[in-house]
Amino acid sequence: MVHFSKFKIFSIVLLCVLSLLYAVPNVVGDEALEEWQSSMPSWLPGQTVNLGLDLQGGSYRLLRVEFQDVLQQRVRDLRTEVRNAARGARIRISGLATEGLSVVVRPQRAEQIDELAVVLADLNPDFELIQEGADENSPPTRIRLNFRQFAQDDLTASIMQQAIEVIRRRVDALGTTEPLIQQQGDDRILVQLPGATSFPPIPRGQLSIHLVDINASQTQIAQGNAPEGSQIVPYAESPLGAVSIRRDPIVRGDNLVGASTGVGIAGDPVVNFRFDGEGARKFGDATVEHTGRQMAIVLDGEVLSAPVIREPILGGAGQISGNFTVQDASDLALILRSGALPAELTPLEERTVGPSLGADSVAAGQTASLIAIGFVTLFMIAAYGLFGGFAMFALSINIAAIFALLSALGATLTLPGIAGIVLTIGIAVDANVLIFERIREELRNGRTPISAIDSGYGRALTTIIDASLTTLIAAACLFAFGAGPIRGFAVTLAVGILTSMFTAIMVTRLMVVLWLRQTKPSTLPL
Amino acid sequence: MKGFVSYTPSNLGIPFMKRRVIGFVLSALLIVFGIGDLFVQGLNFGIDFRGGILLEVQTEGPADIGTMRQDLNALNLGEVTLQEFGADDVALIRVQRQEGDETAQAAAIESIKEVLGSEFELRRQEFVGPQVGEELIQAGILAIVFSLLGILVYVWFRFEWQFAVGAVAALLHDTIATIALFSLTQMEFNLSTVAAVLTIAGYSINDTVVVFDRMRENLRKYKRESLITIIDRSLNETLTRTLLTSGTTLLALIALWFFGGEVIRGFTVALIWGIVIGTYSSIFIAAPLLIFLNLRPEQLDRVSGEDKSDQAAVRS
Repeated sequence: MVHFSKFKIFSIVLLCVLSLLYAVPNVVGDEALEEWQSSMPSWLPGQTVNLGLDLQGGSYRLLRVEFQDVLQQRVRDLRTEVRNAARGARIRISGLATEGLSVVVRPQRAEQIDELAVVLADLNPDFELIQEGADENSPPTRIRLNFRQFAQDDLTASIMQQAIEVIRRRVDALGTTEPLIQQQGDDRILVQLPGATSFPPIPRGQLSIHLVDINASQTQIAQGNAPEGSQIVPYAESPLGAVSIRRDPIVRGDNLVGASTGVGIAGDPVVNFRFDGEGARKFGDATVEHTGRQMAIVLDGEVLSAPVIREPILGGAGQISGNFTVQDASDLALILRSGALPAELTPLEERTVGPSLGADSVAAGQTASLIAIGFVTLFMIAAYGLFGGFAMFALSINIAAIFALLSALGATLTLPGIAGIVLTIGIAVDANVLIFERIREELRNGRTPISAIDSGYGRALTTIIDASLTTLIAAACLFAFGAGPIRGFAVTLAVGILTSMFTAIMVTRLMVVLWLRQTKPSTLPL
Repeated sequence: MKGFVSYTPSNLGIPFMKRRVIGFVLSALLIVFGIGDLFVQGLNFGIDFRGGILLEVQTEGPADIGTMRQDLNALNLGEVTLQEFGADDVALIRVQRQEGDETAQAAAIESIKEVLGSEFELRRQEFVGPQVGEELIQAGILAIVFSLLGILVYVWFRFEWQFAVGAVAALLHDTIATIALFSLTQMEFNLSTVAAVLTIAGYSINDTVVVFDRMRENLRKYKRESLITIIDRSLNETLTRTLLTSGTTLLALIALWFFGGEVIRGFTVALIWGIVIGTYSSIFIAAPLLIFLNLRPEQLDRVSGEDKSDQAAVRS
């Protein structure tokens, strides 16, 4: 144990130096960091520890994608198709209904069931056709169209992908640096915006253009009773606060290809939009047919503006005016450009930390760490004298190694993570205390300094490993089940345990051995 | 250069095991009171677990909590609590989760900001829905259960089963005592509290394992001595280490308590308490349980070979 091969000494010193080099970028300022990065070889990454949102300020949001609504909508659409198909084939049906994620229907004349099945079989490949009887043994009397599981999975997967893409485009347009947008679990999206002090609302951006329903009376609108085929939607500029529109749109946002801000006739901000070929044709036809009528531009179920069609619009371009500020107009243009969210998003959790609180937390963490180091150093030197000094030198290497590992791993330092480091400062000396106490015992048993040190380190080793591994088990559980900042704590705790095992077992031993060789003491100051 | 440790006697010869009943009675009282209180008062769950809205605001002068409370209660947002947070110009506002969807939460936050006016700086804003809260509770319980199990298995493999039972009993004791502390003081129980409980588990087992290691060694070394003598001897031999390590850890945590900021103060309190209770339980719960579980030195014979003194340290 007292013998250290040259190779071992070299390895230990190299690891210490590497720790220091990797840790340095975290303590120098921004300018010195740039200089450091340019002057050091490129294999030294010169990275600093990532600060968590709770330390640098920023917003965190967890959203749930409401797949069920979309799936249900598909089933409702299918129900309409079934009705139309049956009507087209002149088969009278009854009991047309949706049951969960399937549509059920029965022919009024039971013998037509096979005929109906043929009509419905090719309606939609996403649905599986099943003929059902009252029970297993009776002849089939009704048809069930079941949403196939793989079709559901395909749909939800594409919705998820599309939702992430839309959020990314909108967030990018806000100019947030290094946003994080990722899927979490089956139906969740996590969005992190470092530096953002609030979360912009993310509307669905579902745009459609409808004809205003001229048959609806004021009382009907006020009572919210829409005539057949129409619906009442809010409209801020109408005196009633709502307007009745035809349910079937003239053209949907799917046909939208571009949107930009512009200036209207009165010099007010407006949004210009453009349709693709199909959209332009539909829009053109409708404006030819309904010149003089009022249309409604609807976004997420709310009317933005309701201009009167003065002349046919054949180029496929339109304009949305309203009481927009410049900001409103550019936000709206952005939403239209980035596309509609394919499903509703429900926020499950949202946390925003202001930059000043983050900075305060960092400062508090630094102060606490420095004072903790000071306290522990004084205490250890008072307790063990020179050997305490060795332990404290090892502790400073230990702290450098923690930062080096965190930087190299790209781990994120959170406020609880800082607490983890402070805790490590307290616990790190434990291994040294165990070793020193062992050496004292061996000395009392009459061993020579060298042999006492030798067996002291040897015997303490199992204890140190047992004690460290159990703490690592707890840290692993914290990491596996913890969320957000708690994981940061688990990582620093685990890293701290590993580095303190290295420094206590290797670094202090090397120092003690070198000191032994240098001074050849006849007694140890323990 | 010598430190003060070299002047302390190596073996104080404290008869811990003679007093073991005192320890059991103290712990029993603590646990019974703690669990009783848990049923009566319950834990003061933070929004991490309950769901709801939290805002931390800084005012220009000292915060007028009374007026703020009146203004906020006028909004009819349901249960609203306000407290000074660390400094007299920082206030923490907690509001119960609003009925309805995202817009209801956002609207509530907006109306709070409006009522507070413009001379407030918003330092922190959190909203947690009930589903996430429930999941976090489950994850917290799972984390605690699994780490206890993991530790149990590890100690069982490395020692005898009596040690594993003793260690886990001490762990449960510390866990319950810490949760009881949060119930008795009604400090907020949140995600970081769960982290604290797990850290305490890690620390407490660390302490227990060090003592057990020494007992295992002494059981092999002094086969003729009674179990009580061996346990007392082991506890005394490791006492300096136990006190020094607890001492440095407490010093570091005290620094964190004073200077670490308000956000993690609850966490720090839990850790400080945990270090104290973890050190206590290694001596007064884990060790005496070995006597009750009838651990006999002969049981170790099958692993120990001919050389009694060196074998213990080398075996691993």
